Amino acid sequence: MSDAILVTDDLSKSFGALAAVSNVSLCFGRGLVHAIIGPNGAGKTTLINMLSGDLAPSGGKIRFKDRDITGLPPDRVSQAGVGRSYQKTNIFPRLTCFENCWLAAQSREHTSMRFFRPAHKLFAVRQRSERALAACGLEQRAASVAATMSYGEQRQLEIGMMLATEPELLLLDEPLAGMGSDESLQVIELLRRLAQEHTLILIEHDMDAVFSIADRITVMVNGEVLETGPVEQIRTSTAVREAYLGEEDDAP
Amino acid sequence: MNNPSRSVTILLALGVIALAVFPRFGESFYVDLVVRMMILGIFAMSLDLLIGFTGLISFGHAAFFGLSGYLLAISTPETGPVSIWLALPLCLLGSALAALVIGWFSVRTSGIYFIMITLAFAQMLFYFFNDNTALGGSDGLFIYFKPGVSVGGVTLLNLDNVNTLYYVVLASLIGAYALLRVILRSPFGRVIQGIRANEARTRALGFATFRYKLVSFVIAGTLAGFAGFLQGVHGGIMSPAYLGWHESGTVLMMVILGGIGTLYGAVLGAFAMVFLQDWFQELTEHWLLLMGGFVIAVVLFLPNGIAGLPHQIGALFTRRTARPPPERHGE
Amino acid sequence: MILMTFLIQLLNSVQYGFLLFLVASGLTLIFGIMGIINLAHGAFYMLGAYLVYWLTGITDNLLYAVLLGLPIMLAIGFFIERFAISFLYRRDHLYQVLLTYGLILVLNEVQKILWGTDYHSVPIPEILGGSLPLTENQVYPVYRLFISLVCLAVAAGLYVLIGRTRLGMMIRAGSVNREMVEALGINVRRLFTVLFSLGAALAGFAGMVDAPVSSVYPGMGDQILIVSFVVVVIGGIGSVKGAFIGAMLVGLADTFGEVLLPDVASVMVYATMTVVLIWRPRGLFGRA
Repeated sequence: MSDAILVTDDLSKSFGALAAVSNVSLCFGRGLVHAIIGPNGAGKTTLINMLSGDLAPSGGKIRFKDRDITGLPPDRVSQAGVGRSYQKTNIFPRLTCFENCWLAAQSREHTSMRFFRPAHKLFAVRQRSERALAACGLEQRAASVAATMSYGEQRQLEIGMMLATEPELLLLDEPLAGMGSDESLQVIELLRRLAQEHTLILIEHDMDAVFSIADRITVMVNGEVLETGPVEQIRTSTAVREAYLGEEDDAP
Repeated sequence: MNNPSRSVTILLALGVIALAVFPRFGESFYVDLVVRMMILGIFAMSLDLLIGFTGLISFGHAAFFGLSGYLLAISTPETGPVSIWLALPLCLLGSALAALVIGWFSVRTSGIYFIMITLAFAQMLFYFFNDNTALGGSDGLFIYFKPGVSVGGVTLLNLDNVNTLYYVVLASLIGAYALLRVILRSPFGRVIQGIRANEARTRALGFATFRYKLVSFVIAGTLAGFAGFLQGVHGGIMSPAYLGWHESGTVLMMVILGGIGTLYGAVLGAFAMVFLQDWFQELTEHWLLLMGGFVIAVVLFLPNGIAGLPHQIGALFTRRTARPPPERHGE
Repeated sequence: MILMTFLIQLLNSVQYGFLLFLVASGLTLIFGIMGIINLAHGAFYMLGAYLVYWLTGITDNLLYAVLLGLPIMLAIGFFIERFAISFLYRRDHLYQVLLTYGLILVLNEVQKILWGTDYHSVPIPEILGGSLPLTENQVYPVYRLFISLVCLAVAAGLYVLIGRTRLGMMIRAGSVNREMVEALGINVRRLFTVLFSLGAALAGFAGMVDAPVSSVYPGMGDQILIVSFVVVVIGGIGSVKGAFIGAMLVGLADTFGEVLLPDVASVMVYATMTVVLIWRPRGLFGRA
């Protein structure tokens, strides 16, 4: 891959005797949309957790923009420019949308160890928050308390918070999880917009969405990479069909 | 937690005015009692910073309270007063340092481990003073003279005067409250409140949460040390009990009783607990039985504390459900 | 000579360690499986001691006193679980700490009302009253050896219970995944009640057995509680194996600390805990 933003080298993770992820070596190209698909238990979330620093790998390396980020804690990975959204909505329910994005945006300040100036006076943070809210389509809901919003809106906020940290690489764990078709279309549009300026790595089960926005697909089964390559290659691959797509009801 | 509402602010202002004029009307016994309440109010607020705003449940907060008092006792000679310009910084620095060391070990843990390790460290300090005859042993130390407050030979304040001390403590209470409000509104304040709400998420957003928790712990410990200094000035003695876990348990109770995460609730709780202690002690020599029963009752029936009472009462009328008590965080 | 002193101190450490294990194992199981921090656990130890003091006053026989006292301890544990602890299951640790702290105040005061504030002693039964000669001059009290043996038997019993019985299986499963145990249809409520009562009885038994040696006095529960916490933290919450090793470590640290560094003896135990936590922030066998 000519311009890889993230490279994993023989990445693996074991929990005791259980090998959740083994020998994953992948290249993720800058500016592309990469989808990771596979049956449940294939190790997709474990892989993303290692990329975001939520889990330390048992073996292997991760390089982000030519920097070794293997085993770095989540805050350092985030500061390096990697954003993460979670499968299970992970927002601050008692804060408003704006306040949720605010905290995310504040993380990009040089330091938050400032005790005397009121936070809301930080103009740069305000701008970042407003941009993030606009980008994820929640400007109208800025003052709404997160817990009062619909599930779909909360998922949008999940993405908005990630955007407020101004990442280059977006790791999205099932962004469409639990959404109806209308809501899904909105989020797919959002992802398409984001793909213009960011690199995306997403785990998804919704095959329509995957095939409509992804540039490259990686198929994982039993913790290993079955096949990885451009969308067309995966779509027509017999190995993939047998192992995974053939079992799905909504195979294209 | 947002800033208090308009009505609450008005009530607080009235409270401050009431406190300000109280010495005019109150007997000296009650003035003394209110000074005790205010000092413990500062102590309780410092704990609320940890519990209510950072989500760190410390069961050893009395360590900094008592340590500071002892530093005052140690630095006050038998022959005359120590200068406040020496004693106060010493006490504050001592508490801050202790909080830094204890915090560094404790904050890396969480949940039950944090509770137990803070308890254990406080016990360490307790036994250090309790077993050391040079430091007064279990009887403690006298603070023979209140610190002198003078500049260039001119006495600014005479802390032996009950009224002067009263107003110094009142000013300290207001000052501590204001300082904490400022800190909570700052960028730092946003982060620690994020940590309380969802530490993993705050970390994933790019904050080195360990550092923020540690700084919060040090601030809280230093403020507790300030309260301990005032306690030493007011009480004139320091004993290991001030470091003990009953002291830590009592101040914890004050914060809960008043309402976690409100700051002013902690002060209310302090006032209520001191009042209750005195009242129970008058009722029976077995007042601890009443106190224990009261603690149990509060936990079971009043989880949001006094500050949350309007919510709970209001909910009774409108049949809304009251704001639920803090749920178990993920561990 | 030094070897003999060493041996005696070693025996003392082991005996103290065993007692700590009895108290700490209940504490760690209650926390590991029920998710409850029970500050009042030390009060069970104290109640056991006072019960045995009271019952030997009546029956004049330590064995009878223990046999009568154990069901009482189980009942006390049962009632406290039903009428106080069960309200805490879904609550934040903060409220558990406070409620059980309130319980300590109540139980301590009840003890004072019933039995006053004096120190009391419990007589050692005659058959166990002798001393075992170790050398020409040194002897070791038989009763202390008896304590260690009894505690060892109880520990072995616990091991069998947890490792070999159905109840033990539920305990082990519950300590790893509480929700799963519920999903499997096991009556978790009853399991909790059994567990809590068992923990209370263990702590009470430790108090009973130790009473002839340590005498019976107000506040004795507080002291052992804190040390038990240290044991649980060192061993790792939820791990009975950890509680055992932690108890032995603490027993050694405390006993040898008293002998070698008497001025800082009380600090030794906490210093040990600090060292362990630097190395293993979740205790020796705690789950990551």
